[in-house]
Amino acid sequence: MAIPTNVETTFLLGRLNWDAIPKEPIVAATFVAVVLGGAATVALLTKYKLWGYLWKEWFTSVDHKKIGIMYMILGLIMFVRGFADAIMMRLQQAIAFNGSEGYLNAHHYDQIFTAHGVIMIFFVAMPFVTGLMNYVVPLQIGARDVSFPFLNNFSFWMTAGGAIIVMASLFVGEFAQTGWLAFPPLSGIAYSPWVGVDYYIWGLQVAGVGTTLSGINLMVTILKMRAPGMTMMKMPVFTWTSFCTNILIVASFPVLTMTLILLTLDRYIGTNFFTNDLGGSPMMYINLIWIWGHPEVYILILPLFGVFSEVTSTFSGKRLFGYTSMVYATVCITVLSYLVWLHHFFTMGSGASVNSFFGITTMIISIPTGAKIFNWLFTMYHGRVRMELPMMWTIAFMLTFVIGGMTGVLLAVPPADFVLHNSLFLIAHFHNVIIGGVLFGLFAAINFWWPKAFGFKLNVFWGKVSFWCWVVGFWVAFMPLYILGLMGVTRRMRVFDDPSLQIWFIIAAFGALLIAAGIGAMFVQFGISIWKRNEPEYRDVTGDPWNGRTLEWATSSPPPSYNFAFNPVVHDLDAWAEMKAAGAARPKAEYLPIHMPRYTGTGVILAALCTVCGMAMIWYIWWLAILSFLGVVGYSIYHTFNYDRDYYVPAEEVREVEAARDAQLAQGA
Amino acid sequence: MRILPRLARFLALAPAILALSACKMEVLKPSGDIAERQKDLLLASTGLMLIIIIPVMVLIVLFAWRYRASNKNAPYRPDWDHSTKFELVIWAAPLIIIICLGALTWVGTHLLDPYRPLDRLSASEPVPEQDPFRVEVVALDWKWLFIYPEQGVASINELAVPVNREIEFSLTSSSVMNAFYIPAMAGMLYAMPGMETTLHGVFNHGGEYQGLASHYSGHGFSGMRFKAHALDQAEFDQWVDEARAAGGTLDRAKYLELEAPTENVKPMTFAQTDPELFDRVVNMCVEEGKICMAEMMALDAKGGTGLAGTINMAQLTHDKEIRRGLARPVLGQEPFMVTSFCTPADSARMFSDLRQSQPVVRVDQTPMRGIALPRPDNRLGLGLSMPRLIQDARRPDAVDKQL
Repeated sequence: MAIPTNVETTFLLGRLNWDAIPKEPIVAATFVAVVLGGAATVALLTKYKLWGYLWKEWFTSVDHKKIGIMYMILGLIMFVRGFADAIMMRLQQAIAFNGSEGYLNAHHYDQIFTAHGVIMIFFVAMPFVTGLMNYVVPLQIGARDVSFPFLNNFSFWMTAGGAIIVMASLFVGEFAQTGWLAFPPLSGIAYSPWVGVDYYIWGLQVAGVGTTLSGINLMVTILKMRAPGMTMMKMPVFTWTSFCTNILIVASFPVLTMTLILLTLDRYIGTNFFTNDLGGSPMMYINLIWIWGHPEVYILILPLFGVFSEVTSTFSGKRLFGYTSMVYATVCITVLSYLVWLHHFFTMGSGASVNSFFGITTMIISIPTGAKIFNWLFTMYHGRVRMELPMMWTIAFMLTFVIGGMTGVLLAVPPADFVLHNSLFLIAHFHNVIIGGVLFGLFAAINFWWPKAFGFKLNVFWGKVSFWCWVVGFWVAFMPLYILGLMGVTRRMRVFDDPSLQIWFIIAAFGALLIAAGIGAMFVQFGISIWKRNEPEYRDVTGDPWNGRTLEWATSSPPPSYNFAFNPVVHDLDAWAEMKAAGAARPKAEYLPIHMPRYTGTGVILAALCTVCGMAMIWYIWWLAILSFLGVVGYSIYHTFNYDRDYYVPAEEVREVEAARDAQLAQGA
Repeated sequence: MRILPRLARFLALAPAILALSACKMEVLKPSGDIAERQKDLLLASTGLMLIIIIPVMVLIVLFAWRYRASNKNAPYRPDWDHSTKFELVIWAAPLIIIICLGALTWVGTHLLDPYRPLDRLSASEPVPEQDPFRVEVVALDWKWLFIYPEQGVASINELAVPVNREIEFSLTSSSVMNAFYIPAMAGMLYAMPGMETTLHGVFNHGGEYQGLASHYSGHGFSGMRFKAHALDQAEFDQWVDEARAAGGTLDRAKYLELEAPTENVKPMTFAQTDPELFDRVVNMCVEEGKICMAEMMALDAKGGTGLAGTINMAQLTHDKEIRRGLARPVLGQEPFMVTSFCTPADSARMFSDLRQSQPVVRVDQTPMRGIALPRPDNRLGLGLSMPRLIQDARRPDAVDKQL
């Protein structure tokens, strides 16, 4: 075990010293690979002189579309890391039998399952969901950008900063060995003395600022920036679900931030909020973290419910069935998600009446969720269902998610939870809803909106390969976990003594490999599609490749920086479908200059300073922490004196862009 | 490349192994009445939900197929987006299922509450008029300590209990959160530092069962498992005799030694145990001279001792904070603990009061009902409530305690 127990600190480097570099072969080899890969990337970017382009066009961009794409790329990179963790766990559990210790020691294995959970939730699912909302929402409501474009850029870089902190823990020091929610007292200074939990805290705090601000931003955007005529009950369903998600973010993330601040105080200055001694209460942390944690799962799933609604209605060639009840169901879920947190710890000794209350509120959530499933079902009813990739993912989602929902309601029955809590049944359940719901939804969304974002469609063959590997792989990987859960096998075990369990773990590991093949196929799909993007079968010149129904399909693919030359006017729920039905022509009036926000590097600089501050706090490098914090405050004040914040796209330039679009449309027709 | 033949042999054996391990579904084939009823509830809930899940899954596939774009014979109504009748059904159908499930949950949760003394030993056996068999359980880093207050013995990583006898486990932990789980007997319950939880259960069949720590507790968590032996009375007495003969005393000093983190600990027993030990663990005052939590709370309830009390806050390094490494927060003050200001005699009195103030109350075993409703004569719902000895049910004090 490589945990230094001394806390010798130096002024210059705090507790950072040579011992902090892990020497385990697996980590060291990864480190070398990452350094070489990073160096090669830097060299290539320098050789092709791309730094200036990246800085000017992407890093400093306040364009919601570019920020959305950057979020998706961040999510994808972190997904590879999180999945590598998953494969390592599956492999360890498949071989650690009959006295074998497997290939991971406890120190390493415990970090892996913690990192897997933290990364998949905070740095994969959250960036994906935020990126998707960022990209699609302003287009769907006919806006030119979000309400606070600079804040949007800053939010992204804070999320990226959090991701950098978590990734740094792989090569410098260690990550938390506490499980993804870092329950005290285990996460207290007494039981986790070194840097692991500090990496966890500061990674989440830095990213959490970004998430909260982006929640405020998108909420205001949806409230204030809708196109004329788009009343609340004419908003597309995806916008509605995004709206509810951002309300949840704004209302719940401050709870997480505050809880982690209290834990920080316990760890750094010796307060006793969550310690065993002197009146501290670990139960308080567990309540608080789940008061954030349960809404969090709806933050993840709600936008995808919106995606499925858009996809089902588009590919069934039909209006969405029961729009009003869909909206009310979403709002019900939003409110109810705050009344169920205790179901995560029925087994921590609450009385029967408390447990029953939270069990029943949890079940009640399944009513609006069930109504949604029925709505999608009746949207297909009397439709013309085109089995394109997004629709395939949607069908797979519906069939997978109802099973996950059922096992979820089962776990909401407290006596059943007493035998299944912390078991692999629980693991199978939440992967069933997160993979079957969130990830399948993201893949539907990526296949659906990719042509809009880049102007060409994705390869269908490799998309189908990825689809089947994922769907089959998911069931092969998680069905055994359901069974193991019923055999009384619990989670986070590193070694097993009952040899008859091994076969199930081997099947599950095989399923994980199938999923790996699915991920590989997805990258091949992206690669081939980018390679062949100019071929006619990939190219989308219409801006509306799927015969879409909402406003984002009314503009070109990819949309111009200002999205719409004229503000669209909305008369109906499916605004674009209605325009097409009415034969509305593209407006040809005199173009006017368009008011747009100017790019700024402030977001990158502030987030970088925050990241440095977080790293300095983790390693007790006090001078650097103080300096970077002052830097954040000072630079923020300096930025308020920046009056060069907007500009007008000249009417001439708008005319040129729109003329090119006209030519493109004429060529497509 | 010896792996390949081994793999081939393994795959050939796979179906047999699968069949074998399918019999080991401990959660679905338990050996204790509580786990049995938890399983019943699990299956009943699954059945209830399948009433709606299966038709929905069938309809998804059916609609996706029937309304495929190439099927031009199917009706197509692009503007059809509302039907009050359908809306009514899609909200009402899940609602009805959830009402049923909610009722089942409310009743089941109360009947199978781990704090509730058993209402029967098995479907056919009532609870005899006998105190439950008591075991005090402490989750240590990383092993389980079982104290038998009536027998005076204690064991590590090995639990022996009489079969067909109500068992009352009192759970706590010395350092971090943990959960005590014997899948074959009853559901899990958390063991938490400074807190005491109570779990009731019974083994209906003798045998050896797996016991687990089911909440991750740190480095040595994986090896923190034990065997639970359900023995008949003679075998159990023999086990106690053996433990007594083996010698060893578990006093406070020995406990503090045991408390230090160790992994994969072999089972061991102690002939004698300090009777106050468990209460001291719960109150975090095993060390000499440290004030017990209950005493501190009693003082606080009286308004504390004001400034005068601060002289009792001695600057002492806390026991637990040095066990896994760094002693204290980097910017914080020296950790301190409050030293006792009661005499040991006071403490002893306090502990004996604690125990005596908890008489065993037999539970009302009639079907659950609302406060003002008459008691039904028949059973309620899916075998979850129990048949009952009428005279006990008529005892008004027992009924009041329950409701």
